Amino acid sequence: MTDLLDEAARLRRGLSGDASHDLGDRIVESLYTDAARIAATSVDRDDARAKLTVDRALDRVLTHRVWGFVAMGVLFFGVFWFTIAGAAVPSDLLYQLLVENGHGWLRGLFEAVGAPWWVTGLLVDGVYLATAWVIAVMLPPMAIFFPLFTLLEDFGYLPRVAFNLDRLFARSGAHGKQALTMMMGYGCNAAGVTATRIIDSRRERLIAIITNNFSICNGRWPTLILMGTIFVGAVVPPALAGVVAAGSVVAVVIVGIGVTLAVSWLLSRTVLRGESSVYTLELPPYRPPQVLRTLYTSIIDRTLKVLRRAVLMAAPAGAVIWLVGNVHLGDASVAAHLVTALNPVGWVIGLNGVILLAYLVAVPANEIIIPTIVMLTLTLGANTLGAAPGVMLELGDDAQIGSVLVGVGGWTLLTAVNLMLFTLLHNPCSTTVLTIWHETRSVRWTTVATLLPLGLGFAVCALTALIWRLVV
Amino acid sequence: MGTPLPTPGVGPSPDHSGGACASCALSPASSRLGLDPGRYDHVVALAGNPNTGKSTVFNALTGLRQHVGNWAGKTVARAEGGFSYGGAGYRIVDLPGTYSLLSTSTDEDVARDVLLFGRPDVVVVVVDATRLERNLPLVLQIRQITGRVVVALNLVDEARRHGITVDTRHLTRELGVPVVATAARRGEGLPDLLAAIAQVATADDPPAPLRLVHRDPALERAVAELAAQVEARFPGVPNSRWVALRLLEGDAGIEEAVRTGTLGDLAEVDGTAPLHAVSDPQERSA
Repeated sequence: MTDLLDEAARLRRGLSGDASHDLGDRIVESLYTDAARIAATSVDRDDARAKLTVDRALDRVLTHRVWGFVAMGVLFFGVFWFTIAGAAVPSDLLYQLLVENGHGWLRGLFEAVGAPWWVTGLLVDGVYLATAWVIAVMLPPMAIFFPLFTLLEDFGYLPRVAFNLDRLFARSGAHGKQALTMMMGYGCNAAGVTATRIIDSRRERLIAIITNNFSICNGRWPTLILMGTIFVGAVVPPALAGVVAAGSVVAVVIVGIGVTLAVSWLLSRTVLRGESSVYTLELPPYRPPQVLRTLYTSIIDRTLKVLRRAVLMAAPAGAVIWLVGNVHLGDASVAAHLVTALNPVGWVIGLNGVILLAYLVAVPANEIIIPTIVMLTLTLGANTLGAAPGVMLELGDDAQIGSVLVGVGGWTLLTAVNLMLFTLLHNPCSTTVLTIWHETRSVRWTTVATLLPLGLGFAVCALTALIWRLVV
Repeated sequence: MGTPLPTPGVGPSPDHSGGACASCALSPASSRLGLDPGRYDHVVALAGNPNTGKSTVFNALTGLRQHVGNWAGKTVARAEGGFSYGGAGYRIVDLPGTYSLLSTSTDEDVARDVLLFGRPDVVVVVVDATRLERNLPLVLQIRQITGRVVVALNLVDEARRHGITVDTRHLTRELGVPVVATAARRGEGLPDLLAAIAQVATADDPPAPLRLVHRDPALERAVAELAAQVEARFPGVPNSRWVALRLLEGDAGIEEAVRTGTLGDLAEVDGTAPLHAVSDPQERSA
């Protein structure tokens, strides 16, 4: 078949110099001339200026060198504050319904029909309780956060964020479109990793894949929001609590962006060196979001989907938690052995053995971290505090979660802050790891993308703990 | 380019004979079949610039609710779905948004390969009515490949708000293919769009592809000579002039298609083109 190509080459040479030289250019040029002519004769503009200037005025602020970043901070802050303030009451209600009443009622039912203690333990204290926890902790913030975020997206704001961040990404040797995949990562890292297909250069795509984990995903927002609410917000007077709590979440997001840029810079200076690509980013017009439709799709598509995944993961995790808490080896439960073994490491990085064990149990899904931590703390706490075994401490609301973690788990503000940092910086969930392997088909890069964030997490948390203990 | 050619996700049974399909016979004028179109009679490709509402049109036609984002590049993977209209089944493929078919990115390659090698029965090009001039180059490029095109002039509601009116009749004359004004978000113009798709899908002699305009006799001679050779080598290739010009330009993707013989797939009379179970509608009804 190559003779046809030779023929083409021969004919190309045969063309007079400039005819062959800029052939492609001239074809494109005539294309655009035609397009312009047809558009000019088909389109009738009537006071078109008026509306466009609204867009332009908005863009002048939202993509401004300085004000763009201020607006970004204010908008995201607003979203988190609204989520934190709005989720408190429904969370309490769900908690009372599912955990306090539901758990007691179900336990009574199992005891009434004479189920063996370990069946009741495994199913009611393990599976049911973990599931109920996940729903009570996650559903309200998600049902508020996702619609708000989707409204921002539909309005056309996300590409402006990408535009603002583009300069920073370019300076760190990454592709500007990485800002877009990062935005996708704020929903789900697996989706963000898939979205890196919009980046053509393999080098820049790998950078985007490896750093996507620094975008906090659906599964991790609730942990941050909860930690911010019950620990950071509690440090200040109640009037300021919501604002400070939201501020702490925004701070973690900003740290995440900083780490993304720093790691991108480091990678593009070392193992992934190369040219930066140019690209065009179209800023879409601002469109009034369709509020009802957005509410519907974000609750059906995102909230319930994420919740379903969390529940599916929570049920077996609940069983595992109950088992490690109740199967005894020698004088203590398996959980107690593991926690004791992990405690020294936990101390060094300002966390504790319970949290590290929770991260081991929650590898499949980050969603269940907080419920796992609380349940482990309670199970172990009940034993070490000498309370009757199998009796769960009853918790009423967020504040009580806090008091359990402080009272039983021995948490301090440092633990909460480091948990927030560790939430940002640890290995991706197993779904994301699998997606990374699918997209890169490389064991090496999948390993890097998995272990690099974890290593960073250990380093950052250890450093924070060290400084904290020196200063406080 | 390797082998980025589309492979059908859901393939109908190969012994599919006759134009009727089981599920269509009972359906009303238009029913949505979701992701599993089952048997289909026509293949529709959905092309367009990024952020023109392609995904919204796709959802409106298929009844699927993929999340639609207001930003360029939201749709990365190729989405497929189906619908039925007027007793015929349609399979619809949503292509990634591109500004051109010049093969400068993977997205453009995917879109061009589907249009060229997939040989859809209808290409619906979704254009943004508020940015017609920027959208037209892609329409013209697609028109150079095929005449089986319907232009969905989308976002007319937004255009109205901006005080922009587009003369669809004039545009239809200029492009030589149906132009339908739509506002897919509100379902406006969708019946007309469906009717236009059906009309083009069943048309026996669709408009000829647009000829590339150039006024250089030497180039014209070269194109004609090479086009004749392309046809000699791959008998039955549509758009031999288009292929010839791309080869003269030194288009890497098309050169690769020549080298690997993929270009020949276009010419196979009773072979299976990538998007089709049966090569073209005329044969099926015969």
